[in-house]
Order: sequence, then C-alpha cells, then structure tokens
Amino acid sequence: MSEVLKELKYLESHEWARVEDDGKVSVGITDFAQHALGDIVYVDLPEAGDEVTAGESFCEIESVKSVSGVYSPATGTVAEVNEALLDSPELINEDPYGSWLIKIENAELSDALLDSEGYEAVLENEEQ
Amino acid sequence: MARYVVSTKEEQLEMLRAIGMESLDDLYRDVPEEAKAKSFDIPSGMSEMEVRAFMESLAEKNTRFKKIFRGAGAYRHYIPSIVKSVVNKEEFVTAYTPYQAEISQGVLQSIFEYQTQMCELTGLDVSNASVYDGAVAAAEAIMMAVDRRKNRAVVSGAVNPEMLEVIKTYCESRDVDLVITGTSDGKTDMEELKASVGADTACVLIQSPNFFGLIEDVEDAVAIAHESKAKFILSSNPIAMAYLKNAGEYDADICVMEGQPLGLDVAFGGPYLGIMTCREALMRKLPGRIVGQTADHDGKRAFVLTLQAREQHIRREKASSNICSNEALCAMTASVYLAAMGRNGLVQAAKNSMSHAHYLASRLLELPGFSMRYGGEFFHEFLIDAPVAPKVIEDKLREKGILSGLEVDGGILFCTTEMNTKADIDELVEIIKEVL
Amino acid sequence: MKLLFERSISGRGQEILPACDVKEYVPADRYLRKADLRLPEISEVDLSRHYTELMKQVHGVNDGPYPLGSCTMKYNPKVDEDAAALPGFTGLHPLVREEDAQGSLEVMYRAKELLCELTGMDDMTLQPAAGAHGEYTGLLLIRKYHKERNDLKRKNIIVPDSAHGTNPASATMAGFNVINVKSNDEGGIDLDELRKAVNDETAGLMLTNPNTLGIFDKNILEVTRIIHEAGGLCYYDGANLNAIVGRIKPGDMGFDCIHLNLHKTFATPHGGGGPGSGPVGCKDFLKGYLPGPVVVKDGNTFGFIRPEKSMGQVRSFFGNFLVVVKALTYILTLGAEGLKEASSNAVLNANYMMHRLKDYYDMASGDICMHEFVMDLSRMKAETGVSAMDIAKASLDRGIHPPTMYFPLIVHEALMVEPTETESRETLDMMCEIFIDLAKKAKEDPAYLNGAPYTKPIGRPDEVTAARNPVLKYSF
Repeated sequence: MSEVLKELKYLESHEWARVEDDGKVSVGITDFAQHALGDIVYVDLPEAGDEVTAGESFCEIESVKSVSGVYSPATGTVAEVNEALLDSPELINEDPYGSWLIKIENAELSDALLDSEGYEAVLENEEQ
Repeated sequence: MARYVVSTKEEQLEMLRAIGMESLDDLYRDVPEEAKAKSFDIPSGMSEMEVRAFMESLAEKNTRFKKIFRGAGAYRHYIPSIVKSVVNKEEFVTAYTPYQAEISQGVLQSIFEYQTQMCELTGLDVSNASVYDGAVAAAEAIMMAVDRRKNRAVVSGAVNPEMLEVIKTYCESRDVDLVITGTSDGKTDMEELKASVGADTACVLIQSPNFFGLIEDVEDAVAIAHESKAKFILSSNPIAMAYLKNAGEYDADICVMEGQPLGLDVAFGGPYLGIMTCREALMRKLPGRIVGQTADHDGKRAFVLTLQAREQHIRREKASSNICSNEALCAMTASVYLAAMGRNGLVQAAKNSMSHAHYLASRLLELPGFSMRYGGEFFHEFLIDAPVAPKVIEDKLREKGILSGLEVDGGILFCTTEMNTKADIDELVEIIKEVL
Repeated sequence: MKLLFERSISGRGQEILPACDVKEYVPADRYLRKADLRLPEISEVDLSRHYTELMKQVHGVNDGPYPLGSCTMKYNPKVDEDAAALPGFTGLHPLVREEDAQGSLEVMYRAKELLCELTGMDDMTLQPAAGAHGEYTGLLLIRKYHKERNDLKRKNIIVPDSAHGTNPASATMAGFNVINVKSNDEGGIDLDELRKAVNDETAGLMLTNPNTLGIFDKNILEVTRIIHEAGGLCYYDGANLNAIVGRIKPGDMGFDCIHLNLHKTFATPHGGGGPGSGPVGCKDFLKGYLPGPVVVKDGNTFGFIRPEKSMGQVRSFFGNFLVVVKALTYILTLGAEGLKEASSNAVLNANYMMHRLKDYYDMASGDICMHEFVMDLSRMKAETGVSAMDIAKASLDRGIHPPTMYFPLIVHEALMVEPTETESRETLDMMCEIFIDLAKKAKEDPAYLNGAPYTKPIGRPDEVTAARNPVLKYSF
C-alpha cells in the first residue's frame, strides 16, 4: 500500500498539495504515482511566473518508457520551481512528499481536492 | 512452388492438419466473403535468372553519364571502396532497429560514432540517429522550434527548392506561419529578413552554401534571429562544413544537412540521409532515435536507445514527430566514409570541389558571352549565363556522355566535386566552344 | 570494444584522393573553419576490422529466427540487393531529363501499378521514406480532401487504442485531433464505441487489419461503412499487410487510402532501422492531391506529373528509389501465386506456433490468428515473477531474436510473435521448444530468467542512467 500523508490534499490524478505558512501552495506527485512511473529520469518544469490552472497539466515527468502529465491542484502563478529536480529527478522516487515540483502563489485551490481519506479510497479502487 | 517459402506442399499440409485445417484457404475462414478479392492482375513469377536479366534491362534504359557537372541537391563524390564493403555486411543490412541492446551493440555503437562525428562536423552538442533526408531534416527542425507562443518560421528564398517544397508541406499541416524571404544578388535579402522577424518568430532558416552555391552572410542572419530570441537553423553541405565555418562557429542553434555527399550514391534521389544536430538546450525536442552510452549490470560500457520518452511509441499523439524508421544504414555509410577520409581527406574533398568550380568558372568566363549571374563567393556550384540557350549546351554535352549543369532561371547551375578533374573541365569547355 | 575514436593514432590514415590538379582556390579567411575536426585517423585494415567486430555484435536475419511481431522480419533475397546495386540505377542523378531516366521511371511505374493492384488502389506515390512518413502523407490526403470540399470542421481522426504509436503521432503532425476508441477483446474496433465517436467533425479513421492482436476484424465492412456514412475517410495502415497479400485488397474492405511498408511486406531489408519505403496509395477521388511528382506512362514512355491539387512534397525528389527497386524485384520474382503462397504461409506458420504454444502461454485472443499472435504473460508474471521482458531476454541466450515486447499496449505483459513465411517447420519447432522450455524455467528458476541474458556481449544495460545523464557522443 502506498504511503498517504494525513495533512495533505490530493487530486484523483495523484498529485498532492500543501498550503505553506506563507500561503503558497506546494505541489508534488504522490508515492503511488512515483511507484507507478518507476525510475524517473526527467522533469520538464515550468518557469517561475508562468500561470497554472487547476486541473490542467503544468509539467511532464518522464521515466524510461513512459511520460505523464502533472495536473495542477490550484489556479495561480508559479512562484518557485524545485530546480534540484532538474539534476536529480530520482529525488521524487526517494521522497515523493518532500520533493515539491512547484510552489504556486495567489493560489485558488481546486474544488476537486480530496482529503487523505478520499484519496485512499481512490487508491483502493486503482489497486484492485 | 513459391520462391523463399521454405515448406513443401506436404509439410504445409502436415502443419495445417496439426492445427485442424485442411487447406491454406481455411486459415482465412473468418474473413467475410465480400472482403476477399475476386482476382489479381499480377504476372506469374520469374526465375532468378530471368528477373535479374529483366532488372538489368531496366537499368540499361537509363542514360549512363560518364561525367556529371550537376548538383542542385545531389552530389557525386568519390566513394572509398571500404565504404560499401562495410555497409554491405549482411548483419548490418538485415538487422532491425536496435531495441534489443544486448544483441545490437554493433549497430548502437556505430550510431553513437555517427552522432559523435556529426557533432564534430557541425560543432553542435547533440545529434540524432538520422531522419529521411536533408529536406525533411529542415522541416523537422522548424517543428522543433515552433511552440504555442512563437509560431512563425522565416525561411530564406535561396534554399534548395526541393527542401522548400517539403518545408511548405510540413508548415501547412501544423499551421505554422511560414514566411519566405526574397533574395538579393542570389543571397538572402537581409533587409527583408530583418523586417520579417519579430517577437512571434520561432526560427530563421538559411542555407549556406545556398541553392546557387553562394556562401551566405550567415552572421547577419544569426544576429537577426537571436535579437528576436528566435532559433537559428543552418542548412548546409557536410563536405563544405569540413572546410568552411561550421554551425557552431556561426552560433547556430540547429544544423540540418543532406548527408548524401558522405559516401552515398546519387541513386535517382534516394535513399539519402537527413542529418540533424542541435544545442544541448534543445536536446529533448530533437526528433528521432538517439543512442546513449551507459553500462550493463557488470559495469561494462554499453549503448542503448535513449531519451525515448520523446518518441511516438511512448508519447503517441503528444509526440513532436512521428518518425520511427530512419536511414540507419545511410548513417553508417556516412560514418564509415568520414572515418575512411579522415579530416585531411574530407578537407581535400572540399578544397578540390571548390577549386574545380572556381577553375571551371574562370575557364567559362574566358569564353565570349559568358557572365556570372551573381557576385558573391561560392563553394562548388555557381550560376552562369551563357550566350546560347542552356539546352543547346546541355544537348551537345549529352552527346558526349556528360551531364551539364542544371538549367536554373535561364542560366546554368554548374557543380563540380573532386571527381571533375582538370582534364574533364578542359574537355567540357572545349565541347561548349563548339556550340558558340 | 573500442570506439573508432579510441583506435585513432595521429599520423595514421588513408590516402583516398589525389592532390588538387588545378590552382587551389582559397576563399577569404572569414569564411574558413577554425574549429578542429576530430575525425579518426585510422588505417584501412583497422577500419575494416573495426566493423567486422561490430558486425559480430549484431543479430541479422541470418543469425537466427526473428519472430519480431509487427515488424515482418522475413528473409531478404539476395537478388534484390544485386538489382539495387546496378550502376544504371545507383549512378543516375535525380535531376536528369525524363528521357535519360526511362529505366528508373519504368521501375517506379511498374512498382506503383503492381502495388495498386495488390491493394485495390488507383494511384500511388512512392515518395514517403518510411511507414510513419506514409501515414503522414495519407492523412494529408484526407485533410486536403475535406479542405477542398470546404468541410473545415472535420478535425478528428479516430484511432483505436491498440494502434501503433505512429498513428496518433502522425495524426497530430497532420494537424488533426486524435480520438482514441477502445478495442474489443479481439483487438478490433468496438462498433458501439465507434458509433459514439463519429460525428460531423470526423475526418477519418486509421486502422490496421489484421489488427495488432493479429486478428482479422470480421466487422471491417461495417467499420468502414460507419466512417463513410459519417462523412469520414478510411486510412489503412499497411503494417500487417503481409497476412493478406494476394488474397484480400484493402480497397475492397472500404479503405480510401493506405500506406505500405516495403521493408516489411515486400522483403526489403531493415538496415538496422532504415532506409525503408512507405508508398501511399489512394482511390481515384484522392489522386489529385498526391504529393508530386507522380510517375505516369504515356504510350511507351514514362514521365512525371504533378497532380493538379497536389499537397506539395513530403520528401526531396522521388523517395527511397533503391528500396523500390528491391521491392519490385521481389514482386516480379514471386508473381501472383508466389505472393499468395507467401502470405498464406506467414499465416500458417503463426497459427502453427500459436497452436503449439497455447498450452504453455496464455494467448491474448482466440484460437486462430493471422500472421502474428500475442501471448499475454500477466498470469506468468503474477505467479512466478517472470515478465515478458525476462522471457524476451532469455530467448536471446537461445539464439532467437525476441518477439516484440509490451505491444500492443492493451495487453499488459505482451509478447507478439510473427514468425514470417521464410522460416521452416524445423525452425518453428525449435522456437516452440525454446519458448516451452522457458515457460517451464519460469516456474523452476525464475531468478535465472530475471537476470538473463548471460551469453551476449553485454548484460541488461542501465537505461535509467542513460536517460538521466545522457552521454550522446564520445568525449575526446
């Protein structure tokens, strides 16, 4: 069973969101997602200043034999991107909840966000 | 019995019975009757001896020119004997794409060597394993550069017309705003180019030496492109690039070339070789297969197809290109050619080609009524005006087994390589004198 | 195994060209290359041996069976190579007068006529250089057709989820949106899904039949009717034509345009990835849009025309001409009966193998296939931990090129087997025995299979590192 953190919000498409103390929203992919992708080899991050829209893809993550879009849990402006991932995409495999992809400012969270229990139910379905 | 099918009729029947059938027709029992063909108007087969004689008879219907003074996109250079000896090896000829790395190291390593050579030749960082030809390479390079924000491609009107046709097709299908600039004295009109390039321009593409053989003012075009943050794509000739400034020195972002001069026959247009190299920043936008170096589980050096997440078999409708099969054996041909020639040999080919062209131009200009159409520096092709119709000269040369330059805009576009010796050129000039 | 560059020794090399026999012309310095050009300095004998060493690390068609599904790795006849090497063909410049190219034009014309007859098409271009290039060209025919009718809202191309990746990628390149439809259990089009997917925005459908599970879609006439009634056109992906040559014409199934892979069906070799050739045929009503130039016959002479409303060009000149020479030689050699016998034996060989293997491997569908079949190793993987990849890699140690792995995508642990008609019964039996033995090994010693291969020049390469830290050229 994949790890799910209580304090985070989730999209059904396996992204997590965390509202930071400064109001920005950090976004990453879940343990389930990193496991499904396998060894991640490349992350195509947006640039700071880009606009993102809730429910739309803002970045692509590649493994050797697959590529996946990452969907935004909020509408807003990209404040920061995690540049460490450009050189070390494997950090996502090693620590999916520590490896945020972007931080969104002026963020308006998506209505589709689930709490941890809701997401666990999604995973149960997937794993069947 | 059909050629190449191994099993005898008896064996076929035994195999059919093993699967519970009585005839080959039974294998197609699920096919609706309406879909089955009523007839095929195809001749009966031939023995090998007959078919070979027939194909020879067709080949003989082509005119065999002893000497070729025509280029315009296809160039007859000398091909060292080692080249065909290598690329005719059955394993290289018949193998599939090297997806199974453990039994494909020979092909993979040869592509890695090819990629290295292309990066050396062009002075850029990354090469793919080839695309179909130089024209498609140019079109694919434009597709690399355009995106949602920048959708305009500005292309010089002095590029090879075959290439321009392909660029038009590709741009139209992807709704790219294609602007073709005019020429001035046979070269790209830089004023017009500057006026055509703006914030929405994704790329500028120039060919040098251009269709008329002229060396373009590439620096100016690069400056115009980069000023608007557009990518600069240089189309060139690989033999010229050994001797003249390369794409890296010009600060180009992408380089595309028709690789045919590197050991491939002119062969009525193909197979040829599309060369594509680019800056590292564009690596993940480069279409086609790419080979990378890695290690196996024992740490032994190994080569694999890599960065595959760019490609159609993974990215499907989101892939930037659909290319699958490429021109692998032609890439190997170019690689063997370059290894056999070495730096000195390749530079010699370039120098001889260029020197022959300048010698031919000077000899023709000694004749009454000949004049160069354009004033700029040229590599191994030039457009010259004759006092008689180009066809008259072409007819006369043809009688003597010589293919004249190509008629272009009422002039003659002559081309020489190292194969057109001084004696050949002197002979050509003497024959032309006869029709003046 | 050393790289070319690691064999280079300064001062070695070959003298191929004579010195310049005219006064050397030196252009202005600003035009000259200053950058170093580090090509190998290597003697002919060392160069020759280098490639002989490389050659030994390549599995060619003569190195053992090549049951690579979807790729039609049949034997490549030698006479075809001889024909394509004739100096009359290799030495001909593409920009000569038509009267000087009558032989080459006749090759192209005859090839076009025969291929049109085999596929039920009315005209054809030989310009596309590969299958995917042909798909792109065929889709541009469809685009042009709707555009000329001013039917501009038709932007959707329907592609089944079992299709080759090139299909959706080509559709995007040709400016279409891709509508994926689910396949049925036999890998065919689900008619209900199809009916739901079509509307007045449907430009066309791309389909291969036999489909990628190796099954002939019995509903094919209904499928093409649904598309036509919605105002769309039907595109036939010729990847699997080898099953039906000389028996069934795609034109009779309701297809309006097609591409062929001469490097599959018509025995031209793959060259380690190319050159191929992907001619595109079409029905009469589309021929005015074909890329130019198209070869025609007038009396006893052959020439080129540019169709009136041509889409333009998709490649320089006339395509991979020498590949067409090889394919024509092949077709003329086999003739009508031979072609039919070839396709029938391709189907027979596949069925024979499937029959022998079905007690040891789950089959993805049915008990009769066309020229290839798909084994589904999901259960094996769940029970033993041995994956399709493991069986593929283990087959390398037994001298077989593995079947295609993990395709089509609708089967999770797929191995797709296409023996082709040029394998003998002994070879088919030998392959079957090897696969049966591997299925047994999967139960007895899965760890061994997980680590295969053991006897090849390298073990499994680290693809993750290759993609994370790309090393794409030699560091001098």
